[in-house]
Amino acid sequence: MTALALREWEVVCNAGDLVAGSGVCALVRGIQVAIFYLPQLENPVFALDNHDPIGGANVLSRGIVGDLGGELVIASPLYKQHFNLRTGACVERDDVAVPVYRARLEGDEVLIALPT
Amino acid sequence: MGSKKIVVVGNGMVGHHLVKSLVQTGANCAITVIGEEPRPAYDRVHLSEVFAGREPGELSLVSRETYQQWQVDAHFGDPVSGIDRAAKQVTTRGGHTFAYDKLVLATGSYPFVPAVRGADHKRCMTYRTIDDLGEIKSKAADSRVGTVVGGGLLGLECANALKNLGLQTHVVEFAPDLMGVQLDEGGSRMLRRKVEGLDVTVHTGKNTQRIGPGSGCALRMDFADESHLETDMVVFSAGIRPRDDLARACGLKVGERGGIVIDYRCKTSDTDIFAIGECALFGGRIYGLVAPGYRMAEAVVQQLAGEDGVFSGADMSTRLKLLGVDVGSIGDTHARTPGSIACVFSDERQESYQRLVTTADGKKLLGAVLVGNCEQYDTLLQYHLNGIDLPDEPSSLILPAAGETPTLGMAALPKTATICSCHNVTKGALLTAMDDGCCSFADVKSATAASTGCGGCAAMVKNLVDEELSRRGVVVDRSICEHFPHTRQELYHLASVGEVRSFDAMIAAHGKGMGCDICKPAIASIMASLWNEHVLAKPHVGLQDTNDTFLANMQKDGTYSVVPRIAGGEITPDKLIVLGEVAKKYNLYTKITGGQRIDLFGARVGQLPAIWAELVAAGFETGHAYGKALRTIKSCVGSSWCRYGVQDSVAMAIYLENRYKGLRAPHKLKSAVSGCTRECAEAQSKDFGVIATENGWNLYVCGNGGMKPRHADLFATDLDDETLVRYIDRFLMFYVRTGERLQRTSVWMENLEGGIDYLRAVVIDDKLGIAAQLEAQMAHLVGTYQCEWKAVLEDPAKIRRFRQFVNSDKQDSGVVFVREREQVRPARAEERLHLVESVE
Repeated sequence: MTALALREWEVVCNAGDLVAGSGVCALVRGIQVAIFYLPQLENPVFALDNHDPIGGANVLSRGIVGDLGGELVIASPLYKQHFNLRTGACVERDDVAVPVYRARLEGDEVLIALPT
Repeated sequence: MGSKKIVVVGNGMVGHHLVKSLVQTGANCAITVIGEEPRPAYDRVHLSEVFAGREPGELSLVSRETYQQWQVDAHFGDPVSGIDRAAKQVTTRGGHTFAYDKLVLATGSYPFVPAVRGADHKRCMTYRTIDDLGEIKSKAADSRVGTVVGGGLLGLECANALKNLGLQTHVVEFAPDLMGVQLDEGGSRMLRRKVEGLDVTVHTGKNTQRIGPGSGCALRMDFADESHLETDMVVFSAGIRPRDDLARACGLKVGERGGIVIDYRCKTSDTDIFAIGECALFGGRIYGLVAPGYRMAEAVVQQLAGEDGVFSGADMSTRLKLLGVDVGSIGDTHARTPGSIACVFSDERQESYQRLVTTADGKKLLGAVLVGNCEQYDTLLQYHLNGIDLPDEPSSLILPAAGETPTLGMAALPKTATICSCHNVTKGALLTAMDDGCCSFADVKSATAASTGCGGCAAMVKNLVDEELSRRGVVVDRSICEHFPHTRQELYHLASVGEVRSFDAMIAAHGKGMGCDICKPAIASIMASLWNEHVLAKPHVGLQDTNDTFLANMQKDGTYSVVPRIAGGEITPDKLIVLGEVAKKYNLYTKITGGQRIDLFGARVGQLPAIWAELVAAGFETGHAYGKALRTIKSCVGSSWCRYGVQDSVAMAIYLENRYKGLRAPHKLKSAVSGCTRECAEAQSKDFGVIATENGWNLYVCGNGGMKPRHADLFATDLDDETLVRYIDRFLMFYVRTGERLQRTSVWMENLEGGIDYLRAVVIDDKLGIAAQLEAQMAHLVGTYQCEWKAVLEDPAKIRRFRQFVNSDKQDSGVVFVREREQVRPARAEERLHLVESVE
């Protein structure tokens, strides 16, 4: 995997803005970032680009989170394709993927590091 | 080469079957159909159901429009009056002439009226056509007693009609037994016992001599034995005679006792003329059932399409329900085969009679009679038709199961065995369907049409599919998804019995992993059906599809549409104005839906609470257009305005919609209420539909529009308001309990073993003893209804969920509209590029 140059971690919202077992969307430097919160996990926060490349709309934060074959996925609310929460890969189509962003929860703050 | 001119005389069931099959072959021919009756072909077999509430129109097998689409030149109400074989043309009574290359006579039969003095009285009639029904109905209106002459299959069918019309019914039969052709003496006796138990008086061995005026009734029938019977009307249904007059007149060969003589190619003595159905005489015999007529039609179609087609006689075994009594007759019922032996089991308490006729060695089944219980009919018929060796003790097939009744393994049947005789589907055809990928009873049924006729073979088809699947090593996994090894129905029971109230508890107890977009919404729906907590209550929040989460319908660009409830489609001008004002204020695209509501499109997620605050303030409630829940109950305007309405359909629709609004189900539910039989609300295409009658309401269930339309089944008739609601309560809750995920009521019912009859037994007769539970659960749901939007607006925590971005008030720049026909719509990709560039 190519290491991407990263910006600084930046605080985008508070833990109280997240919804357990589901997603919300934050606007970070003009990029729509879908943030998912799975409190039962050690690293409970995942961030993906909000844009569904198949449906062509900014909706991924409004999908349903789950696991398929042991991998964490988000199902697009438009046409139900699944995207891997850790890699952004589309389960149904090899040729499609969604950008994944680094994310973490630190105390009450949700931090994201965007690529430069 | 020009197309062959085919003229078909007669548009009964068999004539129509020929036309339909011929069109389906795609053969190059110009088809002309000439029918005597003023309407296209209809189902004569089920004529008596019209008196049980079925509309005459429902019996129709084809419409004029369909014939037009098929480019069939159809003429109704103008019978053929002559055939000119030399000129190869036919002439109608109205003076029209049609030339033919090949002529098919499907003129059918007419009811036999014995030579009885007074039989031409205007209160004496026959029973054969829809017009006859009208006549019977009108005479029955001022009759108390009705008598059928004829105790055969048609006579008993007709007695059923008179009984349904509320008449004191008598059956008069010349022979000593009822249904003497199909049944042996013992079977006939049992049938009589059952028929008399239904308040139909049976007189056998009666030779009617004259019909004259009566003293207590309008008519008096005098019999040869000097007894008599008073009655207000007489219907002759004493057998049929072939209509061979046209054939006779043009010199075709006819039988001594009537019938157009045909060979095994269904050709008459003129090689350009075929005869099929009840007008044809094959091997000295008239085939008075519809299935052999169909086989003849198919043989002719094959020849017209340039193939070889033969009719080699047909099995006259039959199974029917007469006056509600199951009767089956197979092969040599009278044991006339030399050396045959019989085995009889008769139980007068259970009112069931079963007789097997076998070869002397007991190896082969020659015939059978079943009265009162036809469970073994299909199995016995297969033994008979395919010459399969009987079990060592043939009697075990009909004796009540002390141990196991031996079942006939489907594997024993040859591929040519006909399983569905209505549609002539063989075992081979079913297997081919499975080869082509069908792997359930429902798949096979829709691919082959097997068991979509009378449905009698359903159990057999299902067995065959199950056996074949296990033989092929296919394990049918009906698990809802990888997280739960259960069907939706099982999950429902687990949640209900264990009083499980959250998804987390459910997956901990019965599943594994974290769940997914299949099981989460399914379990959320079950939770809603069971406990009716708000769908956005904390434990349920991440479980819902986006539409349920945001209580609106997501569109292709990620915006939502808003559909407030407009119960029954009734709306005040003031509310209409509010909708207009809200749409205008938020720049929403406005469209009237098929369900008599108004859909407002293009709302961004962040706008939804503000939009709904205005709607709720104006008295609107959520319409649940987003949920697998009750959607709308359409109505026509009904008796308060319409000249034809017989009940207040709007009031009923509003009542029902308010009762069931918010009900979460395996899939969406739609309904409609029509104020009269004209059915303007299209209730027969709904999950449950209600149609007003003079006496109350008829309830239809399990209809569907959409991708796979299904005509609803008439479930119960002339219900009062209270009974109607009770039945719908039970029906809906039973569906909610037992339906699979995303299974509409139509498919659900088709997969219920026993189909509509079973559903009636559960809902109406309370066969499972759960009716009270179902009603109580519905009462709970009705009592705990809340408008989901109103509840959201009262809870700031829930409103927070509707923010476009958690950290910004900006809007989604991906949503771009253009204007079209004075409203907005999402920009297409190329328009969007252009617009975004021009902004930047």
